[in-house]
Amino acid sequence: MTKSTFTRRGALKTSAIAGAGVAMPTIFTGSSAAAFTNEPAGSSVTLGFNVPQTGPYADEGADELRAYELAVEHLNGGGDGGMMNTFSSKALQGNGILGKKVEYVTGDTQTKSDAARASAKSMIEKDGAVMITGGSSSGVAVAVQALCQEAGVIFMAGLTHSNDTTGKDKKANGFRHFFNSYMSGAALAPILGANYGTDRKAYHLTADYNWGYTTEEAVRTSTEAMGWETVAAVKTPLTQTDFSSYVAPVLQSGADVLVLNHYGGNMVNSLTSAVQFGLREKEANGKNFEIVVPLYSRLMARGAGANVKGIFGSTNWHWSLPDEGTQAFVRSFGTKYGFPPSQAAHTCYVQALLYADAVERAGSFNPCAVGEALEGFEFDGMGNGKTLYRAEDHQCFKDVLVVKGKENPTSEFDLLEIVEITPVSQVTYDASIFGGELGACNPGA
Amino acid sequence: MFGLDRKDTRLLILVAILTMAAPFLLNPFPEGSAMAQFNAGYPDLMQRFVIFGIFAIGFNILFGLTGYLSFGHAAFLGVGSYAAIWMMKLLTMNVIPAIFMGVIFGGLFAVIVGYISLRRSGIYFSILTLAFAQMSFALAYSVLTPITGGETGLQPKTNDPRILDGTLADGATPKANIFGLEMSSSFELPLGSWLFTFNTGYYLAAFVMLASFYVAIRIFRSPFGMMLRAVKSNQQRMTYTGLNPRPYTLAAFVISGMYAGLAGGLMVAMDTQVGPERMFWTASGEVVLMTILGGVGTLIGPVLGAGAIKYMENIISKINSDILHTWFAFLPDGLEDLVVTLIYPFIGKGWHLTLGIIFMLVVIFLPGGLVEGGQRIAKLFSRKKADDNTSDVAKAPAE
Repeated sequence: MTKSTFTRRGALKTSAIAGAGVAMPTIFTGSSAAAFTNEPAGSSVTLGFNVPQTGPYADEGADELRAYELAVEHLNGGGDGGMMNTFSSKALQGNGILGKKVEYVTGDTQTKSDAARASAKSMIEKDGAVMITGGSSSGVAVAVQALCQEAGVIFMAGLTHSNDTTGKDKKANGFRHFFNSYMSGAALAPILGANYGTDRKAYHLTADYNWGYTTEEAVRTSTEAMGWETVAAVKTPLTQTDFSSYVAPVLQSGADVLVLNHYGGNMVNSLTSAVQFGLREKEANGKNFEIVVPLYSRLMARGAGANVKGIFGSTNWHWSLPDEGTQAFVRSFGTKYGFPPSQAAHTCYVQALLYADAVERAGSFNPCAVGEALEGFEFDGMGNGKTLYRAEDHQCFKDVLVVKGKENPTSEFDLLEIVEITPVSQVTYDASIFGGELGACNPGA
Repeated sequence: MFGLDRKDTRLLILVAILTMAAPFLLNPFPEGSAMAQFNAGYPDLMQRFVIFGIFAIGFNILFGLTGYLSFGHAAFLGVGSYAAIWMMKLLTMNVIPAIFMGVIFGGLFAVIVGYISLRRSGIYFSILTLAFAQMSFALAYSVLTPITGGETGLQPKTNDPRILDGTLADGATPKANIFGLEMSSSFELPLGSWLFTFNTGYYLAAFVMLASFYVAIRIFRSPFGMMLRAVKSNQQRMTYTGLNPRPYTLAAFVISGMYAGLAGGLMVAMDTQVGPERMFWTASGEVVLMTILGGVGTLIGPVLGAGAIKYMENIISKINSDILHTWFAFLPDGLEDLVVTLIYPFIGKGWHLTLGIIFMLVVIFLPGGLVEGGQRIAKLFSRKKADDNTSDVAKAPAE
């Protein structure tokens, strides 16, 4: 009985499908030559904002979402236009993208690659998103980037700092504006050399996952190149909250600098531990003991409080930069939300605008056309000075900020001061050093 | 039919109809309407429904029958996934070997974990399995990075060996397929303002799910299943009658580990990416929730529970304040803002809260899970049907 029901249903379905196939309407056959995944039909275009709303990076995610909402407002002609006024490309008119009103869907990555992919897939399959952007972790960025490559939509990475995103895991449909571990190392080393001398002995504490590894390697290579010695590199579990057992052996090791390759809550806890141990008052090898944090963010600095004073690190962007673009962005963000944006918000806002601009210049939402418009694109007025989207690995090259914790902060947002703006030439590297293949762009459909 | 009695045959047919017609059933609202937000008939979510259904069915064989509460089942899912992705990287992008190896490795790992953990019962067993799962997670996350890809996980790359496959066309990416038919290929059927999507991957997963559902029914009704229930009701008495419960519990544990491995293999077949967070303890907790929400010890319950939780995770979490404002735009301004503020904590990132409330309500008012809810409704309509629709297993309380 079951079996016959089964096959009858199957037969019914097959004939129904066949019938429908014959009567295929024009929306799927129309403009078949230029067809690509989720080609926007009608008067609006949907973008997918996939950010962590729960989990360890929920703070960053919330700030990213604010930035995206602001970007959509500006793209649709609302607000004061923000960076659209200072952006060197003038293709954007404030009438949406290619005259289509920008709409968006949001999702929660939970900072898990599975959840992020599920959310991105639902945006592509259900909501018809033509571009996915966001994320606050390299693992998630790599996972979603690969998904977008398969599905044939553009991925504009949010906050992801690992070399892998545009290194060994790079994809033709993925683009990153944020800087990476290599650049952090290259920008930090000269400053460290100038301030702490070139004969230091470094001790690394590294978060035990991919981002930690690439950051440790980057800092190690660039500091060893100028004469530092690496005494030891110890991996710490990501879930560690008490770092005292890791900090205690540092003094006995003969090192005089501690490098904390930690991010987010990890960094807040390890730095606090190190300061409580009185490392910064100690002397080793006749020199003052110093602590370095390769990747800084304002949200982390706030978490660590007074402990960050005088500690060096690098960052992608800071709201106190004096240039026009930064000022315009901080002004419109501040007006809307009442506080200055974080670097995560900045990179996401810029990515949304860059995508929209590339579509305008390409005259099409086709991922291949958009990719072509972004590759080798040089622009200015987005807060980082002159910037290049390199064609070989889809990584942005721009100046990197070296910052240090402010001694006398004037407010809870004014925690970092800019020590130096490292010129882009100093952080540029050969595109092939990390391996990986870009592949060809995939328009889907 | 198939060695099942009438009642079970009917249940199997019902599940078959539900899974086959899912693209229609899950897309009740027309495209572009405000309610389209609640449509769940897109390939990715439908695949997740059936895959987590398999996972929960397998978990239920252990928990529902023997009463052993494993808190580390996600580890088997993860091991199955890693085995599957390695088959894809090394052998072929055809999903058959991948799924097969997922089952084998899930089973093998379950033998090891089960052999050790089953020396204890109750809370000690749960803690042991939890410890194993967290250990696997930590290994996959950092220690075994060369094999597991660490935090980033594994994906098929263009330069993988894939010894059985021909070379890829220039610029093409490797895609999971079954004898050339791509998992991601879909047929879209527009009917009026509705759009129904029939996805190859979904139907493959659905057939596998039907098969595993059938196997689960056979296990439930077999003498072996009876032994497992004996373990649950009184293990001491069983020992006194001269039966050693260990082989039975270990067999149940391994079977349920193989189900988890199968689910893991299928996940990779549908979406070629593995990350270690698949093994995190929250993932193990999730399958416990699914089973309890649906109805412990019932056949269909875990599938319903899996569907309910995945629906919340994917649909409720995507509603944002903007969408709320469009829904309530008809209200006067002040009232609109008030209503939106009241609902806002339960949507978007608040989906966990909604899930928690529903879970509490179910546990308090429907201890038998959603299945009990269904039975009560059925009872309202016909007295005769009430005891017909349920097996006596369904009424066994949760441990």
